[in-house]
Amino acid sequence: MILAITNAEAKYVAAAYGAVFLVVLLYVVIIALKLERLERELGELTERAAARPVSESEHRQEVPVG
Amino acid sequence: MAAVAALAAALVAAALVLIFFYVPSDADQGFSQRIFYIHVPVALTAYACFGWGAWKALRHLWKREPGADLESYVAIHQGVIFGSLTLITGSLWAKISWGHWWLWSESQLVLFLVLFLFYGAYFMLRYSVDPGPARANMCAVYAVFGVILIPISFLAIRLANQLIHPVVFNLDGPQMSDSMFFTFCVSLAAMLALAATLYHVELTGKRLDARLRELRELLA
Repeated sequence: MILAITNAEAKYVAAAYGAVFLVVLLYVVIIALKLERLERELGELTERAAARPVSESEHRQEVPVG
Repeated sequence: MAAVAALAAALVAAALVLIFFYVPSDADQGFSQRIFYIHVPVALTAYACFGWGAWKALRHLWKREPGADLESYVAIHQGVIFGSLTLITGSLWAKISWGHWWLWSESQLVLFLVLFLFYGAYFMLRYSVDPGPARANMCAVYAVFGVILIPISFLAIRLANQLIHPVVFNLDGPQMSDSMFFTFCVSLAAMLALAATLYHVELTGKRLDARLRELRELLA
């Protein structure tokens, strides 16, 4: 069967399937943008955690083993 | 999740091949009847998402299952997306078949719109209340009540006198040829798998967002 849009019927069918495709594509783009934001936030938090000064209670005293 | 996504991709591809290269055109409606293979599976998927959302809401109220509130919210969000697709594809099919974009006299159309708007209002409720147990409980009760509309919407056409909206599934089984029914089943499986994939992707994103918020508070 040739899929070329040749009449009104085929245009409506193409519009229906195209609408579903576009909505799913838009959804995927929104999710991708959100994941990008989460990745950026995670990077910022990692940097903040690495730059955080180590408190005295977190210091470990070296002791001989054995 | 990768397996579900791969299954969804394979089923969607198979459904499109079946719809456009395998299944014969309908004797009455011709080529435009192919909208049936997307419209009905999308509508049934919307019902399934709303049903799943209501089930998770019930689990939240009944068992206090951790995370059930978020799962219910994501399922209802999916249901609204598939519901809007049902309305779009249905209007396109109505226009080419009946000559109208919408008929207020058709019970099933109006009841589906009521169901869609009911769950659309769910988000107004959710975002008008501060996050916490109270919001989770209110949203869960709302989601559970909404599920009552699903069988009403589904059965409306079978109980109504107007028969413009076609009935292809009745007590005698599917009123279509085997090839059409097979194509429909593959298309339905494709839409359900697609919804499951999107559900897991969105849920993972929401969980990650919540954990990052906790981490930010800890580091503050």
